[in-house]
Amino acid sequence: MYAVFRKELTDHFNSIRFIILFIVTILAGIFAIYIAIQNIRSVVTPTTEFIFLKIFTTSGGTLPSFLFFISLFIPIIGIALGFDAINSERASGNLSRLLAQPIYRDSVINGKFLAGLSVLAIMVISVIGIVAGLGLYIIGVSPTSEEVLRLIVFAVTSIIYGAFWMALSIVFSVFFNRAATSMLASMALWIFFFFFMPMIAGAIANAQSPIDQNSSTALIASHYAMEGMIARISPRILYEESISALLTPELGSLNPALMAISVLSAGRMLTPLPFVQSLLLIWPQVVSIIALATICFAISYLRFMRQEIRSI
Amino acid sequence: MEQVVVETTELTKSYNGFIAVDKLNLRIKEGEIYGFLGPNGAGKTTTILMLLGLTEPTSGAARVCGYNPTREPLQVKRIVGYLPENVGFYEDLTARQNLRYTAELNNLPGGEEIEKRINNLLTTVGLSKVVDQKVAEFSHGMKQRLGIADILVKEPKLVFLDEPTSGIDPKGIGEILDLIVKMAKRKVTVIFCSHQLSQVQKICTQVGILAKGRLVAEGSLDRLGKETAAGGRYRIEVQVAQPSTNLIKLIKQTKGVKDVTGSTADSLLITCNSDLRSQIAKTIVDSGSSLIGMKIEEASLEKIYKKYSREG
Repeated sequence: MYAVFRKELTDHFNSIRFIILFIVTILAGIFAIYIAIQNIRSVVTPTTEFIFLKIFTTSGGTLPSFLFFISLFIPIIGIALGFDAINSERASGNLSRLLAQPIYRDSVINGKFLAGLSVLAIMVISVIGIVAGLGLYIIGVSPTSEEVLRLIVFAVTSIIYGAFWMALSIVFSVFFNRAATSMLASMALWIFFFFFMPMIAGAIANAQSPIDQNSSTALIASHYAMEGMIARISPRILYEESISALLTPELGSLNPALMAISVLSAGRMLTPLPFVQSLLLIWPQVVSIIALATICFAISYLRFMRQEIRSI
Repeated sequence: MEQVVVETTELTKSYNGFIAVDKLNLRIKEGEIYGFLGPNGAGKTTTILMLLGLTEPTSGAARVCGYNPTREPLQVKRIVGYLPENVGFYEDLTARQNLRYTAELNNLPGGEEIEKRINNLLTTVGLSKVVDQKVAEFSHGMKQRLGIADILVKEPKLVFLDEPTSGIDPKGIGEILDLIVKMAKRKVTVIFCSHQLSQVQKICTQVGILAKGRLVAEGSLDRLGKETAAGGRYRIEVQVAQPSTNLIKLIKQTKGVKDVTGSTADSLLITCNSDLRSQIAKTIVDSGSSLIGMKIEEASLEKIYKKYSREG
């Protein structure tokens, strides 16, 4: 498996695809930090505790924050790394030659997955590193140890989220013989989760428990609880909830009902959660993303292992 | 005693009710060039895949170099090379890099020895000038030759060549056939799958004819030829300067001769029970005529093939 892993990694680093993605991601990072620096003065007050994390979360009016960029780009990177994993080998006539070598069949798919994961990790860590480094240099506020810990967990969560998208696109690469088809299928799912899932969640919540200005607090709470539960089917929501809890500790809760109430009943003190409490808060979300990634990988693994070579 | 390299007993494979290989009994001895013949879809590739452990047989058993390919696929793949039909290589890698990857997959120790082996192999197959060119620039014939080098990297005891000459120009075919003969001289057993009869006839010592999944004929070319040739009859074409009717009469009187006809002005077609060339030559010379040429009509593989594939 090590041979497959090493070759795939070398291939990734030499591929134009990797270079393009890397440049785009880094540009997004630089753009995000530019926005943050323009606007950070307006969000930081003398009582703000986590100034360094603000670099990642500050948006400028209509311009999005780094968090938005990264939740947009990670699925694209994941899909780009996985969508032609197996079917390109098949199309080029390499697969039967590869499987005639004395390696286990799963080494091929494991090696490819691990190589993709490594590339993903390198990209995520370097873009977070660049943003953090530039922030440090330009703003001149050094991160506290808790902020560093939060950023590390943020990086790990992002890699897991990317791994889910890569596993998903590998599933399509096993099932569809044409790389273009598998790419389109992955992109369709991405668009569905990214754009339509929040809309669907809102629509169902509206139909189930419609609210207006005169609604009771209980009704509003049930409305947001419903919307939140449905939206969490989408891995995008799971990921965004986890990173916002990590990077904005004063958020306090991921429960949309509670959040809605705290907004309504204004005056709630925004006391930042301790690090361990934030971890506990995002734990279910992270585990769900890991589970989704594992399920996707298992499907592609089983399918690939059982596929008749004749059709390969 | 000659060692049996491939042995199958009642090997059967069916796909969704369609029987691709039907109770195949094969015995292939060490050092042979075994021509595995049959029309498209006769089950040649399926048989190879079963022998490599890439597909599980529905019933029956196979042994390759003493191993069971279904149970011990890695041991089999370590000593068996397989050149699939329409072989493909990593287009972005050079010829040398592709072979190096194969060596790595075979867990061969890297270093000078393997580099030397790769260089030697690429010289043998006539690709020494393009070792560091990307495979994307290679012609079909060059890729096939690279394929032969690729299976030899692991120094196999047995190689399967699936239609190695399809789509190649006559000069290229000649070169590939030469390479196969060279391989056999190195004590490598070659199983040569083809429907190109003339090529099989040129290099193979043993032939097996497969039709609709069944082995309809097997044996050396001579033996199969005798079985087929005009129902056990020999046809000899003799060229004589101005044959007289007297000469025809004399030949007819020779024991074993069935019929003599004059096909053109100076040639006679003699049908007989056995190879009577020496007697006939003596008769002609004794009669005072001058013998210009003599040719025994060999049972060509084409005839054998046609006969048996009809039976199947």
